[in-house]
Amino acid sequence: MQWEIVIGLEVHTQLSTRSKIFSGASTAYGAPPNTQACVIDLALPGVLPVLNKGAVERAIKLGLSVGAKINSPSIFARKNYFYPDLPKGYQISQYELPVVQGGSIQIQVDGVEKNIRLTRAHLEEDAGKSLHEDFHGMSGIDLNRAGTPLLEIVSEPDMRSSAEAVAYAKTLHALVRWIGICDGNMQEGSFRCDANVSVRPRGMEKLGTRCEIKNLNSFRFLEKAIDFEARRQIEILEDGGTIRQETRLYDANKDETRTMRTKEDANDYRYFPDPDLLPLEIPQHWIDRIKHTLPELPQVRRDRYVSEFALSAYDASALTSSRETADYFEATVTQLPAQAKLCANWIMGEISGQLNKEGIEIAACPINPEQLAALLARISDGTISGKAAKTVFESMWNGELDKNVDAIIAAKGLKQISDDSAIEKLVDQVLAANAQQVADYRNGKEKAFNSLIGQIMKATQGKANPAQVNAMLKKKLAE
Amino acid sequence: MFNASLKQLSSQLAEKKISSTELTTEFLNRIKKFNPEYNAFITVNEDISLAQAQAADKMLASGQAGPLTGIPIAQKDIFCAKGWLTTCGSKMLSNFISPYDAGVIERFNQAGTVNIGKTNMDEFAMGSSNETSFYGLVKNPWDVAAVPGGSSGGAACAVAARLAPAATGTDTGGSIRQPAALCGISGIKPTYGLVSRYGMIAFASSLDQGGPMAKSAEDLALLLNVMVGFDPRDSTSLQRDVEDYARDLQKPLAGLRIGLPKEYFAEGMSKDVESAIERALDEYRKLGAEMIEVSLPNAALSIPVYYVLAPAEASSNLSRFDGVRYGHRAQSYSDLGDMYRKTRAQGFGAEVKRRILIGTYVLSHGYYDAYYIKAQKLRRLIAQDFTAAYQQCDIIMGPTTPTVAFNLGEKSGDPIQMYLSDIYTSAANLTGLPAMSIPVGFGDKNRPVGLHIIGNYFMEAQMLNVAHQYQQITDWHLQSPV
Repeated sequence: MQWEIVIGLEVHTQLSTRSKIFSGASTAYGAPPNTQACVIDLALPGVLPVLNKGAVERAIKLGLSVGAKINSPSIFARKNYFYPDLPKGYQISQYELPVVQGGSIQIQVDGVEKNIRLTRAHLEEDAGKSLHEDFHGMSGIDLNRAGTPLLEIVSEPDMRSSAEAVAYAKTLHALVRWIGICDGNMQEGSFRCDANVSVRPRGMEKLGTRCEIKNLNSFRFLEKAIDFEARRQIEILEDGGTIRQETRLYDANKDETRTMRTKEDANDYRYFPDPDLLPLEIPQHWIDRIKHTLPELPQVRRDRYVSEFALSAYDASALTSSRETADYFEATVTQLPAQAKLCANWIMGEISGQLNKEGIEIAACPINPEQLAALLARISDGTISGKAAKTVFESMWNGELDKNVDAIIAAKGLKQISDDSAIEKLVDQVLAANAQQVADYRNGKEKAFNSLIGQIMKATQGKANPAQVNAMLKKKLAE
Repeated sequence: MFNASLKQLSSQLAEKKISSTELTTEFLNRIKKFNPEYNAFITVNEDISLAQAQAADKMLASGQAGPLTGIPIAQKDIFCAKGWLTTCGSKMLSNFISPYDAGVIERFNQAGTVNIGKTNMDEFAMGSSNETSFYGLVKNPWDVAAVPGGSSGGAACAVAARLAPAATGTDTGGSIRQPAALCGISGIKPTYGLVSRYGMIAFASSLDQGGPMAKSAEDLALLLNVMVGFDPRDSTSLQRDVEDYARDLQKPLAGLRIGLPKEYFAEGMSKDVESAIERALDEYRKLGAEMIEVSLPNAALSIPVYYVLAPAEASSNLSRFDGVRYGHRAQSYSDLGDMYRKTRAQGFGAEVKRRILIGTYVLSHGYYDAYYIKAQKLRRLIAQDFTAAYQQCDIIMGPTTPTVAFNLGEKSGDPIQMYLSDIYTSAANLTGLPAMSIPVGFGDKNRPVGLHIIGNYFMEAQMLNVAHQYQQITDWHLQSPV
């Protein structure tokens, strides 16, 4: 039987406010335990929550960026359960009326565009952290994270493969960073995914029973967990079994998912509107004001790169994977308007490769867009070859000669031989010295041509302009 | 001196006829003498009280004093006060010294009053007789065989027995007004949102409201001037212009339209209460008021609605008392679940557990719509009844309680009977309306009767005027059991 995998994602994004969602305590990461938990985060008797306006503003930004409806009013509700890292014994979240409703995100997989619908996005507070390893026979509780603002973004079950799920997660990850509502730091837990996975026979409309996989803190784990889970479900069904609705945990070490809790032992959270917080009313003028502060969105910029710079959809997507990359590209291409493709290739190739290798962000790139443009200008005007440019690039990266392109070319003697008469002379010499290969070529041995090119390049230590050499050689051999 | 009004104390302090230290010492001595019998206070801290009195004396000496500077106020043990044991009447918080001040406490501190002690109360404000307190019952100073009412029973007793010139209370279903009535004092629950709930340990957040308890309406006005004010730390706190609640005290009442809900004058009210209320209404007629019969058809649903919503909120509000971070924790336990179970089984009394169970039940999957949602709808209908009534009248009156104070132990085994003592009061909490009780005489066994005055939203100044005018021509409020 042919199976279809159906995936929906719930993504918890930590909003980039400086203080917590219902208290004034700092949200900075990595402070000593319980030093960033005030009386409100500790849930002392009598304390009350006050909503952080910045968190709402960020939720509205997300809503506007995905074409969603901003609900007014929206309602905060209490999700009741006992756990030591949940100080109040309930989490303040949104249930029936979330702040953001609907909307969609455009993804690309293998050059194919797909629209993924969002169900909702709601504001809630994070819990604290239980530390089970640090204390012998006891658990420690760190409430620094308690009350950190989260926006939980829930998709419809619109994805049909782990590749689509990863593309969605990556697009969303880029978007939240692009609009500045989340730092996207997955190691620190600022962007966490839960995946709802089910399978059904291809062609069937009814959804299969789903399992929710928690604890997916990297795109790779997301992909592997979905693949494992889909396989597991298909095997059960093919053996005549049924899927039990449950929450499963992904174990990256074993690359498997396993039962965390079944539907039967799920909590009854007894949601009800939080009487400490009034319904959240969002006036239209506030939404309008936020709309004006939104940057050009990645989707819009991508389309513009295709139309304005004649880039492929693939290139345009890659360049708009982050706002910093896109800004870098634009700053470069401004200097070299006619060479957009060259700029794109270098940013996605050399620059991004080197950044990855050294594990740094493009914002910290040692070569700035003006310097890169200066280098690419020397390729496009024929001063240096693409190959020599890589040598120059390396020198610039290492900060040699103040990253001055021309100084590096001169110092390293990388200037191309582009003088036609000089090249003609070189070609003549090589042809004279390799009569056999010339004969081979003329007898149809194409390989001989490359060998001749090699000889010429060797004679010039690679400095001869390859295009000119190529043309000259063809001309001479045709004579 | 312990019978003096706040205004009298204020002028004596201002005229240096007495110092705050002397005044505070006098009340501390009275507490020392009488509290063993009444048990009105859970905590007395002479050092802190006297230090505050000395600070007040300095303010008075330097001319920076406000109207209440130097006056001792008894604080209900539901208000967190920095450095004070704050128990909320529960074993659960028997070791909780608050590291912070409630909004109300801050306002009193700024006014320069002296915290004379923390008053006894029903556990987590759940009760109508003060018998659910972990710290023991409180006696009614008019008759030590009777309950003082609750949950602010310690506060009412303290004021009635002249152990403090005035006190704070909180009112979720009648917890200021019912004990005020049963102890023969005056008490007001302001419009919901006027008094900060920050630092006031939550019972039912949408119903809880702090307010003053004192000997007279005039005293209440002065106390409201301190207690009312916007607090940005409470999202339900209202941002309004500052009012002087004493501004209208002297207004004549001629032409005042008093609404008498026929449902409140029907079956249920005992004869002795009824005759005291009728006599009070006659006084109002003498003052020129006009009596208009109004109807609150859904008022009878107040108790069932209240006993769905209040426990629902309470069940969630009390989840934080889990033994993890502060308060009582069971001594030995096998695992986390066992720690929770034992801690909460030991830390909470029977009435609190009952309400947590009711609340958990009504919020449970499958019952939520039938109970919680339905109760919320009825809550709106009750509010609409009052809106309609205020089309016809300016103010509503009736009995505060169906009977005078009952005997200690009389209803403690019968929760339903106990709940019914809030039958007239809980509607004001469900609607958020301001309501007060003033003493209007005595019923059976010479126990006090309270007149319930329910105003329209933000009409506290008018209510205090109405109460004050009555207190100008009667002296029930001046009578004391001591």
